Amino acid sequence: MLDQLLPVLIIAALALAVVGAARRVFLWRRGRPSPVAFFSGLISMPRRYLVDLHHVVARDKYISRTHVATAGGFVVAAILAIVVHGFGLDSTLLAWLLIASALCMFVGSLFVAKRRADPPDRLSKGPWMRLPKSLMAFSLGVFLVTLPTAGVVPADIGGWALAAGLSGVVAWGLGEMFLGMTWGGPMKHAFAGALHLAFHRRPERFGGGRSTGLKALDLSDREAPLGAGKPEDFKWNQLLGFDACVQCGRCEAVCPAFAAGQPLNPKKLIQDMVVGLAGGTDAGYHGSPYPGKPVGEHSGAPHQAIVARQGKALVDPETLWSCTTCRACVEECPMMIEHVDAIVDMRRHITLELGVTPDKGVQVIENLIATDNPSGFSPDSRMHWAADLNLPLMSEKGSADVLLWMGDGAFDQRNQRTLRALVQILRAANVDFAVLGNDERDSGDLARRLGDEATFQSLARRNIATLANAEFESIVTCDPHSFHVLKNEYPELGGSYTVYHHSTFIADLMANNRFQVTPWKGNSVTYHDPCYLGRYNGEYEAPRNVLKALGMDVVEMQRSGYKSRCCGGGGAAPVIDIPGKRRIPDMRMEDIRETGAELVAVGCPQCTAMLEGVVEPSPQVRDIAELVAANLVEPAPQKPLSPSRPTVEVMH
Amino acid sequence: MQLDAESLTESESSLSIAVLVSVGRHPLTGRPRRADQDARALEMAFSVAGAAPALLHAGPCDDPSEDALRCYLGMGGGTDLDSLIVLEQTADADIIPALADELTALGPQLVLCGTRAETGESSGMLPYLLAERLGWPIITGVAEIESIHEGVVVALQALPRGQRRRLSVRLPAIATADSAAPAPRASAYGPAMRGALTFSNTGSADDEARQDWLVSPARKRPKRLKIITATSARERFKAAAAKSQGGGGKVLKDLSPEAAAEAIQALLKEEGVLR
Ligand code: SF4
Ligand code: SF4
Repeated sequence: MLDQLLPVLIIAALALAVVGAARRVFLWRRGRPSPVAFFSGLISMPRRYLVDLHHVVARDKYISRTHVATAGGFVVAAILAIVVHGFGLDSTLLAWLLIASALCMFVGSLFVAKRRADPPDRLSKGPWMRLPKSLMAFSLGVFLVTLPTAGVVPADIGGWALAAGLSGVVAWGLGEMFLGMTWGGPMKHAFAGALHLAFHRRPERFGGGRSTGLKALDLSDREAPLGAGKPEDFKWNQLLGFDACVQCGRCEAVCPAFAAGQPLNPKKLIQDMVVGLAGGTDAGYHGSPYPGKPVGEHSGAPHQAIVARQGKALVDPETLWSCTTCRACVEECPMMIEHVDAIVDMRRHITLELGVTPDKGVQVIENLIATDNPSGFSPDSRMHWAADLNLPLMSEKGSADVLLWMGDGAFDQRNQRTLRALVQILRAANVDFAVLGNDERDSGDLARRLGDEATFQSLARRNIATLANAEFESIVTCDPHSFHVLKNEYPELGGSYTVYHHSTFIADLMANNRFQVTPWKGNSVTYHDPCYLGRYNGEYEAPRNVLKALGMDVVEMQRSGYKSRCCGGGGAAPVIDIPGKRRIPDMRMEDIRETGAELVAVGCPQCTAMLEGVVEPSPQVRDIAELVAANLVEPAPQKPLSPSRPTVEVMH
Repeated sequence: MQLDAESLTESESSLSIAVLVSVGRHPLTGRPRRADQDARALEMAFSVAGAAPALLHAGPCDDPSEDALRCYLGMGGGTDLDSLIVLEQTADADIIPALADELTALGPQLVLCGTRAETGESSGMLPYLLAERLGWPIITGVAEIESIHEGVVVALQALPRGQRRRLSVRLPAIATADSAAPAPRASAYGPAMRGALTFSNTGSADDEARQDWLVSPARKRPKRLKIITATSARERFKAAAAKSQGGGGKVLKDLSPEAAAEAIQALLKEEGVLR
């Protein structure tokens, strides 16, 4: 009896799964066009899955082993089950293989069940709680029905009752594994995930590459709505990406805004996008909510506004404005989903189409438009900080080895100390450098992350035109945000440069003995990785090398390197300042205090400002350039760093 | 700012408002922008429920000023506002006749504009001259339009030091927005670029008065030092916060218009303004 029932069950499940798949593909294709390398994407998919995806999954050894056993067992078992039971291929060898793979999957599912016995908060519950049982049903069911095929037990063992029971178990397993895969069950992640890997919008990320620059918006098409106002305004492969989410909550666990109790949870956000692309409410979501926002009150559809002008829609604007664009979620996501791209796309719509950027953001944008800097200072005063430094100007010099990009920190008294230290180092090392002076403008980082692509492109184009008139080999800057934008986001607009963060440049100078330093005699030091230097650009080593070359013993925070926790200063988050239960910089300072270090070295004006804003007593915050400059052997050719000197001397 | 729905009647739901907008100038960098008070005037127009504001600009129109003008259109996202009528004029034209003709053709019940332009003569005379030409009443320095009911607008006029005066004026009328009016909403790039500039072909009339003028750059005038002889912090604060008080002056209340006019004329003669 099983012989007749199994093929029917399997073929029916397959057929329904194909219908579901077609429907899902149709949903994704409602998104805007985005060209992909179709065949090469499909061909490289297994590699991306086995290498790149598992590279991320393997950060959690328990789950990576569990996943290998379960998913590996399932893929083999499913194919063999279709061949052996679906098409009735009578092969003892295949039957044995099938039994083995089903067993392997069963063992895996035991571990899934164990993780689910007392699941951490970041995991979604609801249908996900039945998944281990479904996995067991499938593996055990397939295992049992294959025993007669392999000749272990006689084909006619048991009565019709046993057969009916077994078919029930197999049907359950098939339902979850085949139907659930394309009709929106937990197994959807396997189907959508595989295709997402094949058609990822940032294929450069595979094979150890990096692609972090935001993609430019085409402003020339005046009819097309700007940014993502409705789910169908996303590119189709972005929609596909949302659908790939496995609700593992790793993004949630690392999100600084979520930890601070701001109304953002990257996992929920991706799930809301899934709700939007399929239509419905978020009531079916069973994970942690946005802090302070109950689940079940938001709904959406592909053609409905994501953010309402008034009242509730799919997502509230505070959620989108809470993000610091720190990319911790993207870094942690095993499915390689691009949260930041999605958030910025929605911000673009809010700013460029609805014009309802929160007040402070509007002020910043208006200042950027009128004065080329976010605080509304006169563009003619950009060089005031260096009035006594006699800095060489590109406009007079014409060419130099290094163009020192000052950034808007030039207007900030705290950052001016860093800049002066950097100039001191460059002079000590005899570097031939020049600055753009008052011709420099804001890089556009802030405007872009506020969603104002138009102002970003205008600033970028004008900067590129200015840079075209200067001759230099490389740009050096002490601002990772300018660094990232100049290096990764200007090329798309026609400006390609060799750009170094000052820590990289100084590390290089030190490696070449371009200046001498006295060894550091202070106490323990820790280093805070700026998001835009670390996760965005992969520079974790150079700053540490500089500190080591200074003779410092760097104690690492638990969250450092690619796991570094944001200071809260990126992505225009401090401008908008969405309230939470705690402040992100306070949490980061806690991380720093835990190391027992008395000083934290930083490499970013934003991090400096955010961390120094934490209530005292707290470890001192010093930029890498300040630390190096304070230990330079060569007598400084310029005035001492009056404000920072006393504190530095205390540490000697 | 939205008015009560109750205070609306059929005729008001189709209330037509024209907002006169000009090209502004950023005080620090001099870059063209939307003029602050004009933007407030447009915001005020949006605050009148059921109103469909029409945007009107008279003046020269080059690329930078087009970008600035589009900023007003950028405020129209989510409303019906999607075009701006441009009466192109030469740089030294008298724009009053063109504006008056266009307004007569448009027939709005209320005309809103800023109190004073940020470029050009910036004399603040335009609303008065226009009112004179159209024969309409004018309310200057409005901070808020409270209601428009049965052809009468009730507005709050901004006076120094946060004082307000409630005025009722029969429509059609001209009202100018004070800097104390609510801040304008942000201008969004999408609607700004998508909005249409409709050029209306009107001739420009030469500004005859201006031809005899001699224009020279403004000089910084010496400022009279305020000598404060305060002995306590409180007195110093009072002195700093106080507006300079003109010595004499009379407050005349409940006068007939004729008597008021006579009083003003007498003062002007006394001051030697009229001879
Ligand atoms: S977005 Fe990525 S990290 Fe977050 S829950 Fe989904 S799969 Fe996990
Ligand atoms: S980028 Fe950072 S702040 Fe934004 S959602 Fe991801 S983890 Fe949270």
